[in-house]
Amino acid sequence: MSKTDWPLWEVFIRPRRGLAHTHAGSLHAPDAEMALRNARDLYTRRQEGVSIWVVPAAGITASSPDEKDSFFEPAADKVYRHPTFYDVPEGVAHL
Amino acid sequence: MYGNDFTTEPPEQPGARSLLDQVADAERDLQDAARSDRAGQAGDDYFMSVINADQKIEPRDWMPDKYRKNLIRQIAQHAHSEIIGMQPEGNWISRAPSLKRKAILLAKVQDEAGHGLYLYAAAETLGIDRAELSDMLIDGRQKYSSIFNYPTLTWADVGAIGWLVDGAAIVNQVPLCRASYGPYARAMIRVCKEESFHQRQGYEILYTLAHGTPEQKAMAQDAVDRWWYPSLAMFGPPDGDSTHSEQSMLWKIKRFSNDELRQRFVDMCVGQAEILGLDLPDPGLRWNEEKQQHDYTQPDYDELFRVIKGNGPCNRDRIAHRRAAHEGGQWVRDAAEAYAKKKTGVAAA
Repeated sequence: MSKTDWPLWEVFIRPRRGLAHTHAGSLHAPDAEMALRNARDLYTRRQEGVSIWVVPAAGITASSPDEKDSFFEPAADKVYRHPTFYDVPEGVAHL
Repeated sequence: MYGNDFTTEPPEQPGARSLLDQVADAERDLQDAARSDRAGQAGDDYFMSVINADQKIEPRDWMPDKYRKNLIRQIAQHAHSEIIGMQPEGNWISRAPSLKRKAILLAKVQDEAGHGLYLYAAAETLGIDRAELSDMLIDGRQKYSSIFNYPTLTWADVGAIGWLVDGAAIVNQVPLCRASYGPYARAMIRVCKEESFHQRQGYEILYTLAHGTPEQKAMAQDAVDRWWYPSLAMFGPPDGDSTHSEQSMLWKIKRFSNDELRQRFVDMCVGQAEILGLDLPDPGLRWNEEKQQHDYTQPDYDELFRVIKGNGPCNRDRIAHRRAAHEGGQWVRDAAEAYAKKKTGVAAA
């Protein structure tokens, strides 16, 4: 059977003004403009968004779940990055 | 804006509210589970510990090969059902009795296409190509729900499909909102939220007909008579004969057995049928005080297997139509691709 080789696009939708775009799903389309139109028809049939991003899936570089520990662990022992690490003397206000 | 071709508001269906609530619960639990992400271990233990903790497996996580294959089969079959499911209802778009009903039916069939695409997208995260899935549907290597091999003979059938077929689908699908595979669970939450409109519009069509002329009521009853048992068969063979169930339960792809879901559906429908003023075509249907559920007559599973094997009333038509639509649309896909290539060429020059 004949095969159409349209690239995969990841779709991100901003639900309302003031919120960040979040991943909604993916779709195939020949180019960015068609991807955007298809994303509108596929993911916002009930006014789920006020803005859409489409990103070629091939353009995304993802961290690997296998490296999750070594990749993210360095942050684990830096508790001093959190305000709760610090003792605040009694009576101090506005800190 | 399309006028109103029914005069009284149809009453709330018993059970409908709680199904939507269950979808909302599943969505909230998904977010809660995500907040308590687990510390990493490698391999099968980690995989099972994530599943046992009701957390989600994500596309790039390690997973057993059989889990991946099983999910691809199930998600693809579901996607194919949505795509083929457009045909029986599409049959009535041009003959809907009012502009309002036509606009609603169009929106519903568009949703089915959308549901198919959400699910193909979820399947693709498991490493299979959508084009390959389309081919497998057309050449019969993968199945779709046997229910769509029955014909839609009258307008009332559109109502019966919405009420019974979509109703059965929702009972089947609400637990899938909690499936262990993240992209599938998220797609199902979206599908179920949209699906509840489908069921209500079907119920409203039947309610309107059942409260119309005697001929209209008879048409509604006839549709219910023909769709009842095929809808019961949608839950699959009885638990003893189900081939994929046990492992799927263990992996939390499936949460309830075929017979449990079928019983749930029957119990929901009885009250809904009463309010419609229509009879369910089962002389054996009665409340069992001891079990606190209805006794009912099982569907004809030999018929189910005949239809699954390709010998239902419309199997060949459905696939021939899908093939014609796919092949007939090839020039559109070719043109869009050629245009995209040309534009890239112009931009590069």
